[in-house]
Amino acid sequence: MFESLDPVVLARLQFAFTVSFHIIFPAFSIGLASYLAVLEALWLWTKREVFINLFNYWMKIFAIAFGMGVVSGIVMSYQFGTNWAVFSDKTGPVLGPLMAYEVLTAFFLEAGFLGVMLFGLKLVGPRLHFLATLMVAIGTLTSAFWILSANSWMQTPTGYAVNDVGQFIAVDWFKLIFNPSFPYRLTHMVLAAYLTTALVVGSVGAYHLLSNTRQPGARMMFSMAMWMIAVVAPIQIFAGDAHGLNTLEHQPAKVMAMEGHYQSHPDGAPLILFGLPDQDAAVVRYALQIPKLSSLILKHSLDAPLAGLDTVPRENWPPVPITFWSFRVMVALGFLMLGLGVFSLWLRWRGQLFESRPLHRFALAMGPAGFIAVLAGWVTTETGRQPFTVFGLLRTVDSVSPLAAPAVATSLIAFILVYFAIFIAGVVYILRLMAHPPHPGEEGPRGDTPERAAGITPAPAIATRRFS
Amino acid sequence: MAYDIATIWAFIIAFAVFVYVVMDGFDLGLGILFPLFRAKRDRDVIMNSVAPVWDGNETWLVLGGGGLFAAFPLAYAVLMPALYTPIIAMLLGLAFRGVAFEFRWRTQRERNRWDVAFFLGSLVATLAQGVALGALLQGVHVEGRAYAGGWWDWLTPFSLLTGVALVIGYALLGANWLVMKTTGELRDTAYQLSRWLLLALLVAIVAVSAATPFLSYDYSQRWFAWPNVLATAQVPLAVAIVTALLLRALAQRRDYQPFLLTLCLFALSYAGLGISLWPYVVPRSITIWQAAAPENSQLFMLVGVAILVPIILTYTAWAYWVFRGKVDPESGYH
Repeated sequence: MFESLDPVVLARLQFAFTVSFHIIFPAFSIGLASYLAVLEALWLWTKREVFINLFNYWMKIFAIAFGMGVVSGIVMSYQFGTNWAVFSDKTGPVLGPLMAYEVLTAFFLEAGFLGVMLFGLKLVGPRLHFLATLMVAIGTLTSAFWILSANSWMQTPTGYAVNDVGQFIAVDWFKLIFNPSFPYRLTHMVLAAYLTTALVVGSVGAYHLLSNTRQPGARMMFSMAMWMIAVVAPIQIFAGDAHGLNTLEHQPAKVMAMEGHYQSHPDGAPLILFGLPDQDAAVVRYALQIPKLSSLILKHSLDAPLAGLDTVPRENWPPVPITFWSFRVMVALGFLMLGLGVFSLWLRWRGQLFESRPLHRFALAMGPAGFIAVLAGWVTTETGRQPFTVFGLLRTVDSVSPLAAPAVATSLIAFILVYFAIFIAGVVYILRLMAHPPHPGEEGPRGDTPERAAGITPAPAIATRRFS
Repeated sequence: MAYDIATIWAFIIAFAVFVYVVMDGFDLGLGILFPLFRAKRDRDVIMNSVAPVWDGNETWLVLGGGGLFAAFPLAYAVLMPALYTPIIAMLLGLAFRGVAFEFRWRTQRERNRWDVAFFLGSLVATLAQGVALGALLQGVHVEGRAYAGGWWDWLTPFSLLTGVALVIGYALLGANWLVMKTTGELRDTAYQLSRWLLLALLVAIVAVSAATPFLSYDYSQRWFAWPNVLATAQVPLAVAIVTALLLRALAQRRDYQPFLLTLCLFALSYAGLGISLWPYVVPRSITIWQAAAPENSQLFMLVGVAILVPIILTYTAWAYWVFRGKVDPESGYH
């Protein structure tokens, strides 16, 4: 029944599905790992019980999200070979080492210290335990460093040559790793991860404040999250703008697709706010636009000429409708986050941070916004790179494995079924944990289960003994 | 010079895969044995005995796959499509099993469902790994720089045999892990299981060893030609000695010896595989030198491996040390 399907399309669908599923969890666990390290540091420093309660509360959620990130990440590391064999053969010599370094410097660090972080507080004491938490947080950030370097190289390849069997080989590792779009992409992604986490934490805090404004854990997490959003959202918008300018320099066709510029604008391009891009006719229908604004944003001049996709060979066009819309979703959510940050600052200044129901409802509704924005951002950058896997050098249609369509179709269905079963269960368990406010004496991940080794006192007892 | 680096990398990847096999081997083995332990308390103890370390164990699989991609990209590009179905099955199995570690503590009502997922995920992942090994040994059809066979080529009686053999092997590792980490009735059951599994594994090793030389002329030459046989005959001899020691250790109810001796059995079987395969990475089609990434890629990573692997082994050992000793179900309820 699948013979009529194109294996390239199926392989792309499979990659898009598995990577979109996966990216949600690192985006959350990068931010959450840092948040946990901050909470534990504050607990060690101030000795206030609210911090260890929050730490244990969020650690349980982290454990679930991290587990889902690990299992979907293992899939990613094999997917290059199963579905994109030609890509693997050709890019292995340059991308392989970056991923190998990710495993060596990040995955092992996270996994090695995760066990101690989750279950070891009573066994190693608070200080060594904090070291483990810190290592996990550093591991997640290091992982982001390498994987974004690899991804950025596929967007803006530098420091390479091509050998006689058509493989990319490294000429200059430094240029290859620190390729032109990498600093922008890394900054944008890490800030996105922090914002995503802050939005989730703020949303949970807001939920509990709506029923009880005196809940100490909810107040603390809400306040911390609102500070984070107020500070990071504007920085993120600035970083995103810088990233966009960098993309214009190195991947102009992507920016043309994001902006919906099928035509060139020799004397100032308008900013299309909304519209329906029609790829076949190469026009944006029903466009609502502001004259000259696109030139102002991208070139910092009202009358600067801006090239459109008509300057790019048609076979190199990205799919404009997807790129155009996913970009708008991301930007709109970014400005909503900015709005939430400003709103919270104003209410904090007026002393109503914990009392304002409109703010709490707004924050609650914004809980998933980070995930959606991250997904939309990745869709923008990845579809904007099409029709290439390595931008300008290796086409997507030439990257795929010599596989029969039924094989790819079957595995795609299997991934969808398995991932949805896991995802739904995971989200239900996470929401169930979030439904209760953090309470005094909050237990770690194995609260209801046997502990080992007699004579070791529970964490709260250690805390009170050491710090009182 | 290039030849030497490729050889070093072949050993590094072989090392990563071996560490993966024995470390994830025992925790996958626990999943395979899970249905034999029905009491919730036993299952909690079994889970707790690996919960702090399973994630690190599985990372070696990523290093094996990632290392192959980086150091031998051609082999990675040929083998992954050739082993497509078992690899996807393994990944899906590992996904179910991995989330079960967290999910089963988060629900009362659906705990049984995640216990089943833990068992089936472990079983499928192990079977798929064994099948993939068999499919690799029997050879894959290569044309030019790509896999040229069908998506069912991996399925043969031989690959199923290696699949079952690995299930038995991991179960034995799991049973002896329990011998080492538990007390009381749970440990008694593990001793009994271990004895039966050891006998089953011997049968499986003999069957696989008997079948392998007939897969191709090369393998039988490698094992039986004079004077090679003088060296290769040491492998079955060592297997016999280790088995005898293992039976004795089980009879004497030792704590650590059974697990360590099972590791020796795995090492010997693994050495046997190496003797069969060397120097091919895709049997009889692609050697490690043909598949090797350019020298500067391999050198660049070698620096990282030389510095980082000792550090990784150190903190991994520390994590195991923190959670050393028996998992005691009695002392913890409060």
